[in-house]
Amino acid sequence: MAITMTKGQVGLTGNTAVAYAMKQINPDVCAAYPITPSTQIVEEFSGYVADGAVDTEFITVESEHSAMSACIGASAAGARVMTATSSQGLALMWEMLYIASGMRLPIILTNVNRALSSPINIHCDHSDSMGARDSGWIQLYSETVQEAYDNLFQAVRIAENEKVMLPVMVCLDGFITSHAIENMSLLDDAEVRQFIGEYKALHSLLDTDNPVTYGAMTLPDTYIEFKRQQSDAIARAKDVVSEIGKDFGNRFGREYGLMEKYMLDDADVAIVILSSAAGTTKVAVDELRKKGKKVGILRPRLFRPFPFKEVADALKGVKAVACLDRVDSMSGFGGPLFNEVRSSLYESEKRPKIASRIFGLGGRDYKVKDAVGVFEELLKIAETGKVEVLTKYITM
Amino acid sequence: MADKKNLPIGGVITTGGTAHEYVTGGWRKLRPILDKDKCTNCLICWVMCPDSAIIVEDGKMIGFDLEHCKGCGICAVECPDKVKAIKMEEEGD
Repeated sequence: MAITMTKGQVGLTGNTAVAYAMKQINPDVCAAYPITPSTQIVEEFSGYVADGAVDTEFITVESEHSAMSACIGASAAGARVMTATSSQGLALMWEMLYIASGMRLPIILTNVNRALSSPINIHCDHSDSMGARDSGWIQLYSETVQEAYDNLFQAVRIAENEKVMLPVMVCLDGFITSHAIENMSLLDDAEVRQFIGEYKALHSLLDTDNPVTYGAMTLPDTYIEFKRQQSDAIARAKDVVSEIGKDFGNRFGREYGLMEKYMLDDADVAIVILSSAAGTTKVAVDELRKKGKKVGILRPRLFRPFPFKEVADALKGVKAVACLDRVDSMSGFGGPLFNEVRSSLYESEKRPKIASRIFGLGGRDYKVKDAVGVFEELLKIAETGKVEVLTKYITM
Repeated sequence: MADKKNLPIGGVITTGGTAHEYVTGGWRKLRPILDKDKCTNCLICWVMCPDSAIIVEDGKMIGFDLEHCKGCGICAVECPDKVKAIKMEEEGD
């Protein structure tokens, strides 16, 4: 797709916007293996490489395991590295995800969220990235095409920040965001260059004058120290995400925080939800607000590290909360977002009532009426103080 | 690795040649013994040693680096049949 407009509004799909962001970032290396629904990111980016529009070394590989392995090697050599995948592709990268984060390599991965087999399904679902939530990658969840595009530039700055040095996964919803055209605004190439700056790696495997070893064995006398360093780094990433989101806002007028609050300040009840489904929920909030119901939304943007304190603070005045997960963690106790939010609230003096609702698995539509149904249930819980069903599947 | 507070991030080893500091000779069960009178300094043992534990000075084989020799016995096997200047003996004998 030829993109001629650089200012004002342009209509792009999520995949095209991400590929265009990658073109503007102009990474040194991209190793990727296309998979639905992220295929067009890799397809369009390889077009930019073929046209000479970027200086990127594009490595075609035989699997996602190899894609991530090549990204790790290139990043250890000091390159700025990006890739994209979905679902089974991310699952096949699993082993290498931990190596990227453990080696503290600032790789950027766009994950277009799709369900994991079995049964096989190509549609939107968060089971892929949520399964990787403890792999040491920073995770940003994008609601819109605009946010996915903007997140990519911020991800570069977050990953390469000297206090962080960790890989970042930018997530957007399969088909809903990746294939739908939205009006959005693009940045100028020069603006992008100024915002992301040059990447200077701490070490390079290719610097033979200063030889280094990556991936050496550590025994019980040091392994725990390296994991502690990594844990401290991902905890520090929270403030870095805030600072960079603010800087992005100052420069380009679109500020991003750790989370988005929609009509939350005076709300009696709230839905906590990630990514594009928040947009549907906003319509439900607008409808219910017209009827005088005090309902609101908390949409965490950063899921790893999880902003525990900020989430608890945002929900402190609310009487009842429902956490909507587009994935089941198969723990018998609701989805991952539910568990993080519930855990965040434990320290609060006035804890709201809370429930888990699993929705939209495998691309099942989540409609305004579904959100309204949850809000109505929450308003009843707020009134009676009783949660009748703690965990439940909806949109069935 | 003594100062744990200043470990390089990501487990990177920031200088080269550190394998030399890791003494692996303690793994050895058999010890190579050189008969200098028989040795012709062909240096086949030096070529074949997987641990670079053959010490050579001025083109002459002068002995073994026992801090790194793991006692595999390759040097004794590779020493030419007509020479057989290296024998393996039990450690502690």
